[in-house]
Amino acid sequence: MALGLEPLRRWYDERFGHFFSHLVEKKQVPRHRHTLWYYLGGMTLFLFFVQVVTGILLLLYYRPSPGEAFESVQFIMTQVRFGWLIRGLHAWAANLLILTAMLHMFSTYFLKAYRPPRELTWVSGCLLFFLFLAFGFSGYLLPWNELAFFATKVGTEMMAAVPLIGHWLLTVFRGGEQVTGATLTRFFGFHVAILPLLTTAVLAHHLFFVQHFGMSVPPGVERSGTARPPMPFFPNFLLRDLMGWYIALGVLAALAAFDPWELGVKADPFAPTPAGIRPEWYFLFMFQTLKLLPAKLLWIEGEQFGVLVFGAAATLWVLVPFLDRNPEGRSGRLFTFAGVVIVVYIVVMSIWGLRG
Amino acid sequence: MRGRSAVGARIGGGVVALALASVLAAPLLAQERPRPKPTDSCLDCHALLEHEPAKKFPEDIHSVRGLTCAACHGGDPTKEDMPEAMDPAKGYIGVPTRVQIPQLCARCHSDAAFMRAYNPSLRTDQLAQYRTSVHGRRLRQGDTRVAVCTDCHSVHDIRPATSPLSSVYALTIPATCGRCHSDAERMKPYKIPTDQLASYQASVHFQKLTEGDLSAPTCATCHGNHGAAPPGVESVERVCGTCHVFQEQLFDQSPHKQPWESLGFAACSTCHSNHRIEATGDFMVGTGERAVCVTCHTEYDNGWSEAKQINAKLTELDAALGAAVALLDRAERAGVAVSEGRLTEASAREKLIKARVDVHAFRAQRVATTVDDGLKITAQAEAAGHAALAELAFRRKGLGLSLLAIAFVVLSLWLLIRHLERPQA
Repeated sequence: MALGLEPLRRWYDERFGHFFSHLVEKKQVPRHRHTLWYYLGGMTLFLFFVQVVTGILLLLYYRPSPGEAFESVQFIMTQVRFGWLIRGLHAWAANLLILTAMLHMFSTYFLKAYRPPRELTWVSGCLLFFLFLAFGFSGYLLPWNELAFFATKVGTEMMAAVPLIGHWLLTVFRGGEQVTGATLTRFFGFHVAILPLLTTAVLAHHLFFVQHFGMSVPPGVERSGTARPPMPFFPNFLLRDLMGWYIALGVLAALAAFDPWELGVKADPFAPTPAGIRPEWYFLFMFQTLKLLPAKLLWIEGEQFGVLVFGAAATLWVLVPFLDRNPEGRSGRLFTFAGVVIVVYIVVMSIWGLRG
Repeated sequence: MRGRSAVGARIGGGVVALALASVLAAPLLAQERPRPKPTDSCLDCHALLEHEPAKKFPEDIHSVRGLTCAACHGGDPTKEDMPEAMDPAKGYIGVPTRVQIPQLCARCHSDAAFMRAYNPSLRTDQLAQYRTSVHGRRLRQGDTRVAVCTDCHSVHDIRPATSPLSSVYALTIPATCGRCHSDAERMKPYKIPTDQLASYQASVHFQKLTEGDLSAPTCATCHGNHGAAPPGVESVERVCGTCHVFQEQLFDQSPHKQPWESLGFAACSTCHSNHRIEATGDFMVGTGERAVCVTCHTEYDNGWSEAKQINAKLTELDAALGAAVALLDRAERAGVAVSEGRLTEASAREKLIKARVDVHAFRAQRVATTVDDGLKITAQAEAAGHAALAELAFRRKGLGLSLLAIAFVVLSLWLLIRHLERPQA
């Protein structure tokens, strides 16, 4: 090992085995026409680290109370040196993170990377994606501006549609019947304590599974035998990953500087709901679907029906590796078709929601 | 058919017979208290006959609050039998005449003790006010064509003034008054103009009202509602001054006050008109084509030069503020937070508004003092705009350098990868 780190490595290996040595010396990454998709996972991880760092910096000034939240974010953006950049990076990285996580998840799905033995890699990845959505939902309210306040009101109202425990869920998340200061402190607690804790645990497992099972080679590539000789993880793949991270950083910096995230106006709980309230883009397809459902469907309320269907769909999505018994055969083709339908549905509904 | 006309005849007979009956039973009626589910034989029969009042009444505020037809018309609605129900001995009065109506409504609405049970905040001086109005005075003189309570508030479907469906809801008042006052034929005997509604609809007050500001003045705000009457030249200033307080105070101290009074000019409406009060602007003061000052002042008098100076100062502050705002807008569009600059801008704008109010003192020196204060604050707003643009330039330079550094690293990584993966000799 270069840089004179050999004694350090030996000392480490003597105590903890050869995990990192193996990673550095032996781990290989398959090389084929779909290798590009592998970098999305690393990019998502990088954006997550950006969120952790910028989030900690924002915590130094942010105050989670209805009387101070908006003003503290305003203070960060106008008075704190480079505060505008930190807040801009945090807001933009949150969105890019969900975008890259979504692309990573769908690429894994279509390339059938969930095939045995990587079922748990898929399951932990899906859980991470849901945790990122929860981060997005809870973080959206924290600046306590008008748009976030009413979007949270609409979003939490949907919780009430969950059968049996809907009303209980609503009061737990809101800290009462209405969206108030209690909701803000709860969301803050979720955002900076509970969700990071869960994410760290799930992320550690996900990364362990990725390292343990390695990258999957798509069945098509395996069949055709078009894969080129694999490349070493270190340094070849890691350097390419680094390139992706730097490009993401450049895009982030440009977005934060040229299209800064607006703060809007402070939330007024007594004001009427302004027109055009809608959730963040990644919830739009669900929002639009619930809007289109009739008041009554079958024997239950339309909204309740929608929430049930989305709940069931999310569960099935997590269980895909166990449902697709023959990924390279007929069931695999069926799942690919279902995936295409889901992507088209999400895109169409999101555009509709954006325009409507 | 025969059955129906028989019922009609009986009702008609009852009305004629009972019309003579007492309004004397009124105090008894006034004491009637609301019942949760009143038995109302009047409604039962008239609904069966599909009479308009019976169709409308369930939506009426009086019905909603538990009052029945008998509260106004008398009689005993608990009796099924018609002669019993419409018994004059039980206070049945049939259809009240127009002359009777104000007194009939006032039986309850002037009784503070009675009204307290329904709406303690509702005034109970409507009848007293009505008697001072042109409508009330003419009615007393025997003119039954003038407006009585039901003409404005409607009948059998009366709603509270706060209801958008009410004929006296703020947005509807102009049309309600205009129903008679725009009717040239109806107004002919009174020899008054009928263009008030059209003029009002061209005014800034109507514009604000239709934009959703329900506090914007309607006919009743200036003329009074129950005591409706034209304000008269001498009280126009007081009427406008209820909202435009400072303008009124300044006008009272202005050099125009005395001469206008002696000439019989109404204070505000001489420049601003009465019903057609259009949006004002700096163009109104000065010596330009649209300036109202030039109607009286000529180039050689003091007023002319004062007006010219006032306009010049207002224009100066307006232009300076516009330039500062343009700078702040530019910085804000580019993403620099300018909230402090906006606060300064708001203070400068307040000065401009104050200067425009000061115009009503018609003294150039007073306007100039306020404008000079405004210019100092505007300079701060402009400085904030420049600082924000400098910050923007700094950010862009910083971003450019960062992107260059990032591009350099990406390129280096790419070269390093190529170097690592070059075919071994």
